[in-house]
Amino acid sequence: MYCWHFTEMPYPDHPDPDTVPSVRVSLPNKHFDPKLGADLYNRYLDEHLIADDLGLNIMLNEHHQTATCLDVAAPLSAAILARQTSKARICILGNPMSNRADPIRVAEEMAMIDCISRGRLDAGFVRGVPYEVFAANTNPTQTLERLWEGIDLCVKAWTHRDGCFNFEGKFWHKRSVNIWPTPYQKPHPPVWITGSSDKENIREVARRGFTFAMFLQPHVKVREMFDAYRECSIYDDPEDVRRHIAYMPLVATGETEEEAEGFAKKVAWYLGAKTAPQFRNPPGYVPVSFNVNALKGTYSGRTDAVRTKGIEYLKEQGVLMYGTPDQVFEQVEAFYGHVGGFGQLLMMQQAGHMTHEETVKSMTLFAKEVYPRIREEFDFKPANKGAAAQ
Amino acid sequence: MTDTKSANIETVKIQDIELEVERRGSGAPLVLLDDEESLTRESGVVDELAKSFEVIIPEAPGFGKSSRPDWIESMDDISYIMLDYLDQAGIEKATLLGFSLGGWIAAEMATKNLARIGRLALVDPYGIKVGGPWDRDIQDIWFLTKEEVQALKYADPANGEIDYTEMPDEKLEVVARNRESFARFCWQPYMHNPKLKRRLHRIDVPALVIWGAEDGVVTPDYGKAYADKIPGARFEVIADGGHFPHLEQPAAFMDVLGGFLAEAQKAA
Repeated sequence: MYCWHFTEMPYPDHPDPDTVPSVRVSLPNKHFDPKLGADLYNRYLDEHLIADDLGLNIMLNEHHQTATCLDVAAPLSAAILARQTSKARICILGNPMSNRADPIRVAEEMAMIDCISRGRLDAGFVRGVPYEVFAANTNPTQTLERLWEGIDLCVKAWTHRDGCFNFEGKFWHKRSVNIWPTPYQKPHPPVWITGSSDKENIREVARRGFTFAMFLQPHVKVREMFDAYRECSIYDDPEDVRRHIAYMPLVATGETEEEAEGFAKKVAWYLGAKTAPQFRNPPGYVPVSFNVNALKGTYSGRTDAVRTKGIEYLKEQGVLMYGTPDQVFEQVEAFYGHVGGFGQLLMMQQAGHMTHEETVKSMTLFAKEVYPRIREEFDFKPANKGAAAQ
Repeated sequence: MTDTKSANIETVKIQDIELEVERRGSGAPLVLLDDEESLTRESGVVDELAKSFEVIIPEAPGFGKSSRPDWIESMDDISYIMLDYLDQAGIEKATLLGFSLGGWIAAEMATKNLARIGRLALVDPYGIKVGGPWDRDIQDIWFLTKEEVQALKYADPANGEIDYTEMPDEKLEVVARNRESFARFCWQPYMHNPKLKRRLHRIDVPALVIWGAEDGVVTPDYGKAYADKIPGARFEVIADGGHFPHLEQPAAFMDVLGGFLAEAQKAA
């Protein structure tokens, strides 16, 4: 199993939640202090360099118009880290393809980062969370269609080697595509895609041999989705199937239980960030059947349970893994059993007011005292070693 | 959807689309294009109209129980489907009456082909952009809270209260799908066709534009600008009515519409 360090690069100082309707989408940017922003960007990038030194891989993402995530351009962060790190794989999870103006630009950016990093890029694509449609103005009923058309176009641009090709799709028209550079990895960087509830889409991810990633969901739900992926995986070797399955919990490792609990409460900040209800469920983002339940009052967004319950519940569910190194290892092991195995552990180890010192302490304890045991217990079979994520 | 005993609902095939069409009453044809919430269809307004007309209500693709193939993407597409329906049903000299989104569809149809349309009545339609790029002509109902939207839509927000918890699933599915289709067709450009404003001059049948004085989603100023683009159109404002003036002030609404329709009947 491979482990990845992740932070959304939050801007932690929000106004009192009672005084603003939402910290996402509509929080006025007068609350952003660029001097603090400069410190934060440099700090978070430093933490990724530390992850590289510690032998962890690096995951990046992006969001827009939100104080919860200052990384508004994951390819920019990835480009910096491609140059400044030496060992870590760098996974963008992901490029919000549905909300991108031009998939060919994405293909070029990924190819360039892959070359600079000498083949250390994992290129993820996401449909984008519901509230992103307000910043991007993407039609919420078309995000999946755009995601797949964009990915198809991007992969074709990476792999077509004989001069120009044309494309006239539903969302994009291209008269002569012939990208320079091409990716360093052949045929192309591993592709990752996230999902949370749409099984048919997860099966599509599996049928294409892409890596499937799921974030911050109770283990019963994760099992259901991982099973859907496994049913349709194109890989014969179970080790290869497992290698293509990823999960992200919040992770906080402390020297003592008390210290870990303090860290855990700080990273759980992420789940409580206030988002106005209309931003959580724009019309047509989820299927009609979900919205029937929403009208009945039994469904109010994709992450309601994890948003509102405490850290004990989150620990039981595997949404938040925290404790001493032994305890964190046990929770990873238990989760592995609950969900039928997985191969990539993406860890949000920093959120909210978790300071640099605290973050580095938690990361270091994990890397030095938990990761070796994970490598031992859940390592991929030797034949597949070195094949990275795909 | 309706409980009215005289309801006659059929499914009509237009290309690859299953169109739900309801007919009520008898008389000269009045084609009613419902609002995006399918509220008008269930209101007393239809019963009133059915006393003097054959009221024909084709639900637009994606609304009511009409199907919505992926290739249907805009009011432009839908208006052609509705024109196809008029042809297929052989409807002559129809009075075309559209509410809100249905008003926009009616306006699109009338700019394209008037062969089967005798006259046109629009009630608080969307569909055009009046101001410049920085102007919010149509309030962004998807960005606002439910409470804010109700306050904009209704003269008295209490008139917009619907208890969904008691509604059967079949009906909730229509509500949820209507909302999805509305967003699919109207997300961007937001609630308008940039070309429609330049086409309204083609409407050369008698036209009436009715507006709720308290419509906060699209204000009477917007309505007046809309009516001004249609040659000879009358513009009438209903006091104490919001975006659905016919639901909040049915008597005043029928008074205004009645005169216009009486002429239609006489002409037929």
